[in-house]
Amino acid sequence: MISSPSSQLLDKIRAWLPALVLSPSFAAILLFVYGFIIFTGYLSFTDSRLLPSFDFVGLVNYQKLLGLRHWNTALKNLAIFGGLYISICVILGLLLAILLDQKIRVEGILRPIYLYPMALSFIVTGTAWKWFLDPGFGLEHTMQTWGFLDFQFRWIKDRNMAIYTIVIAAVWQSSGFVMAMFLAGLRGIDTEIMKAAQIDGAGNFQLYRRIVLPQLRPAFLSAFVVLTHLAIKTYDLVVAMTNGGPGRATEVPATFMYSYTFTRSQMGIGSGSAVIMLAMIASIMVPYLYAELRQGGKT
Amino acid sequence: MSQSLDNSLSASRFTRALIYAALLIFAVYYLLPLFVMLTNSLKTLDEIRTGNMLALPRSITIEPWLKAWDTAQIGVDPSGLKPYFMNSVLMVIPAVLISTILGAINGYILTKWNFRGAGVMFGLMLFSCFIPFQIVLIPMARVLGLIGLAGTTSGLVLVHVVYGIGFTTLFFRNYYNAFPDELVRAALLDGAGFFRIFWRILLPSSGPIIVVTIIWQFTNIWNDFLFGASFADFDSQPITVALNNLVSSSTGVKEYNVHFAGAILAALPTLIVYIVSGRYFVRGLMAGSVKG
Amino acid sequence: MFKLKATLAAAAALCLFSSGSVFAEEKVEVLHWWTSGGEAAALNVLKKDLESQGVTWNDMPVAGGSGVQAMTVLRARVTAGNAPTAVQMLGFDILDWSGEGVLADLNQVAKKENWDAVIPDAIKRFAKPEGVWIAAPVNVHSTNWVWANKAIFDELNLKQPATWDELIASLDKIKAAGYIAMAHGGQAWQDGTVFDSVVLATGGPEFYQKAMNELDEAALGSDTMKTVFDRMAQLRGYVDDNFSGRDWNLATAMVINKEAGIQFMGDWAKGEFLSASKKPGEDFLCFRFPDSQGAVLFNSDQFVMFAVGEEQRPAQEKLAMSVMSPAFQQAFNKVKGSVMARTDVDASVLDACGQQGQVDLAEANKNNKLFGSMAHGHGAPSGIKSAVFDVVTAHFNGEYDSAAAVEELVAAVQAAK
Repeated sequence: MISSPSSQLLDKIRAWLPALVLSPSFAAILLFVYGFIIFTGYLSFTDSRLLPSFDFVGLVNYQKLLGLRHWNTALKNLAIFGGLYISICVILGLLLAILLDQKIRVEGILRPIYLYPMALSFIVTGTAWKWFLDPGFGLEHTMQTWGFLDFQFRWIKDRNMAIYTIVIAAVWQSSGFVMAMFLAGLRGIDTEIMKAAQIDGAGNFQLYRRIVLPQLRPAFLSAFVVLTHLAIKTYDLVVAMTNGGPGRATEVPATFMYSYTFTRSQMGIGSGSAVIMLAMIASIMVPYLYAELRQGGKT
Repeated sequence: MSQSLDNSLSASRFTRALIYAALLIFAVYYLLPLFVMLTNSLKTLDEIRTGNMLALPRSITIEPWLKAWDTAQIGVDPSGLKPYFMNSVLMVIPAVLISTILGAINGYILTKWNFRGAGVMFGLMLFSCFIPFQIVLIPMARVLGLIGLAGTTSGLVLVHVVYGIGFTTLFFRNYYNAFPDELVRAALLDGAGFFRIFWRILLPSSGPIIVVTIIWQFTNIWNDFLFGASFADFDSQPITVALNNLVSSSTGVKEYNVHFAGAILAALPTLIVYIVSGRYFVRGLMAGSVKG
Repeated sequence: MFKLKATLAAAAALCLFSSGSVFAEEKVEVLHWWTSGGEAAALNVLKKDLESQGVTWNDMPVAGGSGVQAMTVLRARVTAGNAPTAVQMLGFDILDWSGEGVLADLNQVAKKENWDAVIPDAIKRFAKPEGVWIAAPVNVHSTNWVWANKAIFDELNLKQPATWDELIASLDKIKAAGYIAMAHGGQAWQDGTVFDSVVLATGGPEFYQKAMNELDEAALGSDTMKTVFDRMAQLRGYVDDNFSGRDWNLATAMVINKEAGIQFMGDWAKGEFLSASKKPGEDFLCFRFPDSQGAVLFNSDQFVMFAVGEEQRPAQEKLAMSVMSPAFQQAFNKVKGSVMARTDVDASVLDACGQQGQVDLAEANKNNKLFGSMAHGHGAPSGIKSAVFDVVTAHFNGEYDSAAAVEELVAAVQAAK
């Protein structure tokens, strides 16, 4: 680096400039994200009801939370939904990307078809799928009018199966985006390496396992980040599709937290559930990000 | 198209037919809900009630569309979605621009200027992508009130910028990561300063990732409901809030055709953005993962 | 170019003039969830009335059943220091907010207009907590109603059931004839609404008060409560397969269209019948839930006034007076299906069921049998209501049996206190 001939002060500013320019964004995040998380954490130890109150009550809210059957259902649902949503989106996205990468003539038409659901808001998606899966005038009714009288598809009204309908709608919304990420990743793979391996006699399967998939690691990272982010935001989709029903069968922590904080005026418990939610996210994301960023570095 | 590098597998005709078939079946899965919404938005209410959701309209009517836009009941006035459209536009455009620029600069700094704590800072910024918006509502309302932006479009812009920085920084950081350092070093040797390098060297070749970021931010901000409902006044409510009012009314006949027309209308800008810039989208994502 | 400058200058001068005028612009911002055709038309009466008095109505609608979204928006607005002028609210939510010290004091207006004399006590409890008027009641809904399709009843020679056994017998007959016996939507609050009526019918007015208003543990855990749950399970057998998640007005449509015989719902259902041009007594029947005659479970929409500063007081007071005006009370309730909050206004503009409802209200008020509906936020605070819903809806969907439900109910109410 050529050092400027000006005074020491200017040099110092120059050295600090990057950090300086970054700091407004960083400061904003510190306040509006971490500050608010701490605020929520504090509220979880108070007796807040309708609005925040600052009277400390210890672990009472958490005790109540753990005893709520409702909360356990929400956690269970998040595990089922999150696990299925992320894994199916990744598998489906990867599959579609690989298929589309095979020099398909109509790629220009197919790609936007797979991608457009992402443009819709979760509310629209939820409403459309709610209608589509309703036995009364949706899929079941249509199939029966077409003559398949025994056809049944009433998952959305079934206590045990309703959560899977949410998975179907969520996968529909996001898998196209994941596909786009993997497609980009695939297209970025060095042709030379592929060709060399093919000449060496590597079979298709080995090709993918040894060369392609490892090179897709950055894409996997992005996809995982995006999907986890969306899985947590699944509030809108659940509300639009089932509103937590039948009964409380499709309650997820996000809807639980909203319900307790705003509808039931039990902000203390709501904050507690938010803290637990964040802890769960952190326990997955932090190790993963650490590993990836460390390794990734300046690849 | 040069985009499709020759990575395709060696495959027989039969396999290729299978591939096309699979792609087609998936296409149906993705198109079906849109098809249902579209066709049913062109039917009369009677036809929807008595008919089959997958059937094409017997007689096409654009009345539901006109109604959704112009005369549907959103509040006390039958105003349709039209007045709210502008509110959304005024909110989305500044928010997208500001968060994109910030993301670009941040990404630049984090990859080309190594300073102590840069990695940690990035990690912290990245984790901010995961905060559920519901816990933000009350404290943010307080802050907005304190700085006097409550109920204004500017307030909404601020909120969306803050919660978009994490993502935009991620996108640009990944992109600039793959950008050759030699070019930056060469520029430094030539005497270029901090901003000049950004302006003259990185930004001009950032086209693809700018498109990706703009698409992502535009979609998220346009489709947001929670912030729009909570932080807007009667004169700055975005179109998502109006759509919710249209669709979630608690009494009265449910005019599904109008609801679907309204939903598609509200989604049109994002759909257009996706369809028009779709190809740049993949290109943009791709350019970011080019090996060093 | 010159013309433009002149026009701009003239406009600026005009602005300067008008901003200094005597009549400062009065406006009210109203947060509500009445976004559908009929409700909006009724609200428009209020808007036009205010406009004729020089007050601008700034509409802030946020749809969502019972104001779920609207209440969240309200919290954000109040926290930001930007409260709306008036907010539509129900029951205990009003009491919750009154404790936060952010509401306006309407005592002056109330005294002038003599509200104390014309509003029933049970409603005053919510509109005038601690002796301070903070809200203007718009209407009084009642929840222990039954709505029936007259054609089906006539066909099967059924008369209006007056006791539980008669009700079951009627439901059996309707089901046997091939119709859906009970039109219902499997949403927590709808299950809760039916539960409300069954508690009142099974245990009587005193039991309802003890269990649902006072939250007495003994009452909640009693054998009577077990019978209530048994009866709920019994009713479960009369709904159709598709009931889960159905919106309430679609269930009403089933009764209107002669697909189902009976719906247990509050009198906002009547609004649906009226919109479909059905006449009470000719096309549909309205009667009290069997065994609950003489008692009325109510919920009342009220416009709560927030403390928005002296500048907006005059407009706010005009709004409050407009809401309480006989003309508005009549116009609104005629469309909404509810009865008027004022007891001194002529009820003949309402339909037959509405007039009956107005009479029932007065009678129940006189005999101390007017109770706030638990299922609609007037029996107990929202946390308790939701806890009760949790148990009722889980039980209705078969998650546990009646004995377990009673235990769960006691535990849930305790936890939510």
